[in-house]
Amino acid sequence: MDQHQPHIVSNTKLIGIWLALLVLTALTVAITRVELGGYKVVGALTVACAKAGLVIAVFMHMKYEGVLLRWLLFLTLVTLAIFIGFTFFDVLYR
Amino acid sequence: MSDMQPTAPSFWNDTGKTGLTSWIFSTDHKRIGLLYFYTTISFFLVGVVLGLLLRIELMAPGRTIMGAQTYNALFTVHGVVMIFLFIIPGIPGAFGNMVMPIQVGARDVSFPRLNLLSWWLYIIGAVIILVSLFSGGGAPDTGWTFYVPFSSRTGTNVSLAVFGVFIVGFSSILTGVNFVTTIHRLRAEGMTWSRIPLFTWSLYATAWVQILATPILAITLVLVMAERVLGTGLFDPTRGGDPVMYQHLFWIYSHPAVYIMILPAMGIVSDIIPVFSRKPIFGYKMIAFSSLAIAAAGSLVWGHHMFTSGMSDTAVVVFSFLTFIVAIPSAIKVFNWISTLYKGSISLEAPMLFALSFILLFSIGGLSGLILGAAATDVHVHDTHFVVGHFHYVMFGGTGFAIFAAMHYWLPKFYGRRYKEKPAIVAWALMFTGFNILYFTMQVLGMKGMPRRYYDYLPEFGPLNLVATIGSWILAAGLILMLVNLFRGLFRGEPFDGNPWGGATLEWSVATPPPTENFEGEPVVTHGPYDFSGVKK
Repeated sequence: MDQHQPHIVSNTKLIGIWLALLVLTALTVAITRVELGGYKVVGALTVACAKAGLVIAVFMHMKYEGVLLRWLLFLTLVTLAIFIGFTFFDVLYR
Repeated sequence: MSDMQPTAPSFWNDTGKTGLTSWIFSTDHKRIGLLYFYTTISFFLVGVVLGLLLRIELMAPGRTIMGAQTYNALFTVHGVVMIFLFIIPGIPGAFGNMVMPIQVGARDVSFPRLNLLSWWLYIIGAVIILVSLFSGGGAPDTGWTFYVPFSSRTGTNVSLAVFGVFIVGFSSILTGVNFVTTIHRLRAEGMTWSRIPLFTWSLYATAWVQILATPILAITLVLVMAERVLGTGLFDPTRGGDPVMYQHLFWIYSHPAVYIMILPAMGIVSDIIPVFSRKPIFGYKMIAFSSLAIAAAGSLVWGHHMFTSGMSDTAVVVFSFLTFIVAIPSAIKVFNWISTLYKGSISLEAPMLFALSFILLFSIGGLSGLILGAAATDVHVHDTHFVVGHFHYVMFGGTGFAIFAAMHYWLPKFYGRRYKEKPAIVAWALMFTGFNILYFTMQVLGMKGMPRRYYDYLPEFGPLNLVATIGSWILAAGLILMLVNLFRGLFRGEPFDGNPWGGATLEWSVATPPPTENFEGEPVVTHGPYDFSGVKK
């Protein structure tokens, strides 16, 4: 943390990410119109994860942080993924 | 309090600050630990009184001392108070705060003010929960699990109660953040990961569960409030919701919460047994590793609470299988404690008696847990008194007895005075006897088919219920004797100087009671926590 350097992200990049988030939001809506059964949820969650990943990496500057913080975040996300994933042992097979 | 304490400089008097504000606004980890101790033990006594009243009601079929609605409210409040206000914060908040920073060689936790905020959040949450009992539609009657759809429809004051639990949850998260940071960043020179006392290791594993799982409970309770206030329909099938989803969300936190309750208790036992056996702990690394393994595996098994909820058969099989995995690291601990005792020079003083009781009672609770973890047998005993007996064996026989062990082991260190040994042993014997009469009988009742949370029952269950109630009175008698002897000793007992137990962890190397800064200089650790060579008892 002591060596932390402030990092300024360019406006072009920020706008690019914003546009990517809009496209992904449109994709989320589009998925609901395709008949995928239970996998519709998997698709929606995958898009949501991609969106969250972009926000965390760029807007929240995780891309420019040290290894320890990245690992801590990774552990948290894996935990969340397990919680959601295991719930689908029930929802998908009911 | 301070005028009754020894006059030598210590955290009781060396800052020159006295009075209530010197305690409730203190950032000293020892004072915050004692604040936690007195508040959690007060709520424990409230829970005990409620439990005794419930047992009196169940002493005979039909109405004994209260009506059905009061009974529903009392078992709910008993559960909420005992779980959220006593067992979860009990060990990390009280003994974790008092002992852990000294065990790792630190002057305080990483974020002392956050630590104080944690206690205040706990108090604010507790007050909100207490207010919920006497306002709105009265005390919640849902059980401590707040299951929908009943919790979203009942006219009792569920919204305020879950809001109180929501606040208490943040207190738990802050304690977890503080402990992880402290253990990573503030260890003294030479305090390598393989020299950390096992109590601190258990707090470390617990802290991760507190950080990762508690937010899910917070969100779930917000959803219950949204369901009640806004009618969102998240858990209402008529509006596309799913009531079983509530159970998933609730148990995703609340099963790991069981490990928040039991892991630090295992840490206490791991610290006490070697000291009173005069032997290094057997399998140090495996005990430390098993704490992490329990924390990790225990987070994947929540579905075993839901075998009869209408969950899919696939999920039942997966969660049942995973539940059995938790038995492995739990058994590693039990076998290592027993191996530590083997050929040890065992002295049966009060802390050791409580610690040994933990091993037996936790084992009974753990083994009865396997009956509940196996889907085929769970179906028969689900929601019976067998579950109540199992849960109390683990939580009271396990965590409760470990807290009593810690009270006898560490509190004299922080007060500089000690209790009388003989009354402590008599109290232990009474409690151990009463406990087994009460809860083993409950397990038998459950096997015979007596449902839990029922106000009335068939006459054939009468005799065993009477036996269980008599057991509760013996248990309560032992508890009163233990507390009177302990607190009388702490305030007026014989001096407790130096290192009478012969402990080798760092807290036994500092003055008794410890000074505010804990250590005179920077401590340097040169040996493991259970290396008793050169330590006199």
